[in-house]
Amino acid sequence: MQLNGSQALIKALEMEGVDTIFGLPGGAILPVYDPLLDSPIRHILVRHEQGAGHMAEGYAHVTGRPGVAMVTSGPAATNIVTPLCDAYMDSVPMVVITGQVARAALGTDAFQECDTIGITRSVTKHNELVTSAQDIPRAVREAFHIATTGRPGPVLLDIPKDIVDAQNPASQMEWYWPTDQEVRDGLPGYRPTTKGHPRKIRDAAELILQAERPILYVGGGILKARAAEALRELAELTDIHVVTTLMARGAFPDDHPLCLGMPGMHGNYTAVTSMQKADLLIALGSRFDDRVTGRLDGFAPEAKIIHVDIDPAELGKVRRPDVPIVGDCRLVIEELIAVLRRKMAEGQAPPDRSAWKQTISGWQEKYPLSYKPSEPGEALKPQFVLEQLRANTPEGTIVASGVGQHQMWTSQYWRFNEPYTWVNSGALGTMGYAVPAAIGAKVGRPDKMVWAVDGDGCFQMTAQELVTAAAERIPVKIAILNNAYLGMVRQWQEMFYEERYSEVYLSPDLPDYKLWAEAMGCVGMRVEAPEEVASAIQKANEIDDRPVVIEFRTDSQEKVFPMVPAGKTNDDIITDPALGEDYVQ
Amino acid sequence: MNQPEANHHLLSVLVENKAGVLARVAGLFARRGFNIISLAVAPTEDEAFSRITIAVDAASAPLEQIVKQLFKLINVVKITELDPRQAVERELLLVTVSAPPEARSQVIELVDVFEGRILNVGHDRLTLSLEGHPDKLDDFEELLRPYGIVELQRSGRVALPKIDHSTSRLRPARAS
Repeated sequence: MQLNGSQALIKALEMEGVDTIFGLPGGAILPVYDPLLDSPIRHILVRHEQGAGHMAEGYAHVTGRPGVAMVTSGPAATNIVTPLCDAYMDSVPMVVITGQVARAALGTDAFQECDTIGITRSVTKHNELVTSAQDIPRAVREAFHIATTGRPGPVLLDIPKDIVDAQNPASQMEWYWPTDQEVRDGLPGYRPTTKGHPRKIRDAAELILQAERPILYVGGGILKARAAEALRELAELTDIHVVTTLMARGAFPDDHPLCLGMPGMHGNYTAVTSMQKADLLIALGSRFDDRVTGRLDGFAPEAKIIHVDIDPAELGKVRRPDVPIVGDCRLVIEELIAVLRRKMAEGQAPPDRSAWKQTISGWQEKYPLSYKPSEPGEALKPQFVLEQLRANTPEGTIVASGVGQHQMWTSQYWRFNEPYTWVNSGALGTMGYAVPAAIGAKVGRPDKMVWAVDGDGCFQMTAQELVTAAAERIPVKIAILNNAYLGMVRQWQEMFYEERYSEVYLSPDLPDYKLWAEAMGCVGMRVEAPEEVASAIQKANEIDDRPVVIEFRTDSQEKVFPMVPAGKTNDDIITDPALGEDYVQ
Repeated sequence: MNQPEANHHLLSVLVENKAGVLARVAGLFARRGFNIISLAVAPTEDEAFSRITIAVDAASAPLEQIVKQLFKLINVVKITELDPRQAVERELLLVTVSAPPEARSQVIELVDVFEGRILNVGHDRLTLSLEGHPDKLDDFEELLRPYGIVELQRSGRVALPKIDHSTSRLRPARAS
């Protein structure tokens, strides 16, 4: 079958099962937008290419399928660099297609030419400049294969205009679809290890059965490996407590008695301290990120480490494991469970851990997450808004967030009981992530209610995508916690820069968020009093034909606690000083 | 450069012979803060692949991490760590040295001792080549220096494992 390159590209995307593309056309990618008209693939026309990238990420987070974005060359390609880097650092499967100037114009500084491959090389798992129309099906298949296998990540295909331009003879190609074997043969250097080494798994089981103070330290890899159920079985079989990192919220139910919640710089006291005092950390799909470990030389000093990750480079990168296991988390956990069951059936049993469990429950009782409720007439407490939001939305609601204080509060105060209900930017910390990511999530899971919790600073970075959501009838709901500041920076300036506030004030009423929302085709609301919070949320829940934005005016003084100050060890965790006797130093 | 044996490791990296692969490898070293001492790249006997021989500064990062990160590049097919004691290493040096008539015979004598070659002769300059172990090239360079080195270019080292009974020392430096 004779096709031109643009037809081949769209057909290849269809063959990969793509149902949605987030994108924005322009000169170099223009030819590809023509056959798109005849394709069943839904295209979401974004207002800025960064939005397309984050939408693709949100879509991928909640569906497990790769998000797809398509934009033109030059400035469009540079605009999508941030989402690429975000997806790379958070291991989000994504395929981005960029237009490029015609091959003859490459390297001539042509209009809207940029070195997309060079620029995105360090923020993609792989990228390729496709140099002939005949290569398109192969390149697309390889891109999806690479993006979704091993440690997932973004792959970019840069497509010169002449190979997709129907008017150009160079765009003619004979259609084919590579087999799995051909894809393998085409990538001789790419063989991800998925099955864990049996001897290492036995070693891990041995350590688990010897440990007196073990903790399961689980990261985003659990979700990428679809391993939440296996994790639960492992935790219950071994009766070991679980901490879920920021990227793993929802991987283990918060309501489970073994769940300790989030560790790290703003983790709760028990999660942080249990890791500090553990004699064994079972790290599953987590990577000893600096926000989790605090100062490294003081992190979990007595703990032996079992480290399971599909990326061999993570093992020993930060902390040398006693038992390193390269493999897919789900497969390794299932193997581990089998070995543990066998050993337990043979009569091996873990030591008595009742004292450790008592210590943990003692911490939980003494240092719960808490905040000082607002007095009448005071501004809303952000934590209160989140509690109300959680209480007034259905179980399984997907929540997305931006980056900063509101993100930490959401992770702390939301009760995550289902996997794939939390969408956030972890490693890169991309402000402005929430609105487009929530839109992508809602497109991926239209059956679920999707809320974004955003800060006022973040909202101003990507709010224009609500125009996209309104136009495309994607009924996401946005809760802005408006404290009139770049809150996290303000918190650091208050605590570590002697309250010298430098360039962090944003104003509570410039812009007018309610009017702005309405101008973008959304329902806008403003809430200032505690008694209005629940009813506003309920009202928003009932609106299903357009996006809703609720601006909550929150207390600008409120800080995120607990906190491990930068450069300190996790033993130096600070709980909220406002809570008086609970203050720990 | 003079005592590289003490802290360098040799990696022989088989890569797909595709556009931009060298940029990927070099970019990775730059981004992760790994130092390259020398680098040589050329196609292998199979034109689908190239071999990159990299001498890396093991003080800049743990070798294991360098190897693992390199292996994450999709176009990297195989990485072999060559123990300098168990590999044959060669490098090529080209040098134009100042050699006025009164010094010329001494320079030529040096070339003879080192079994180098004279490639080009001018009124007061000679262009020489020397192929050999990098240490030998270091010595040659050092001895030529007093005469006045005008221009010098080294190829970077290439290496292959020694053929002998201890090939088991060649550990393929890849996981699994």
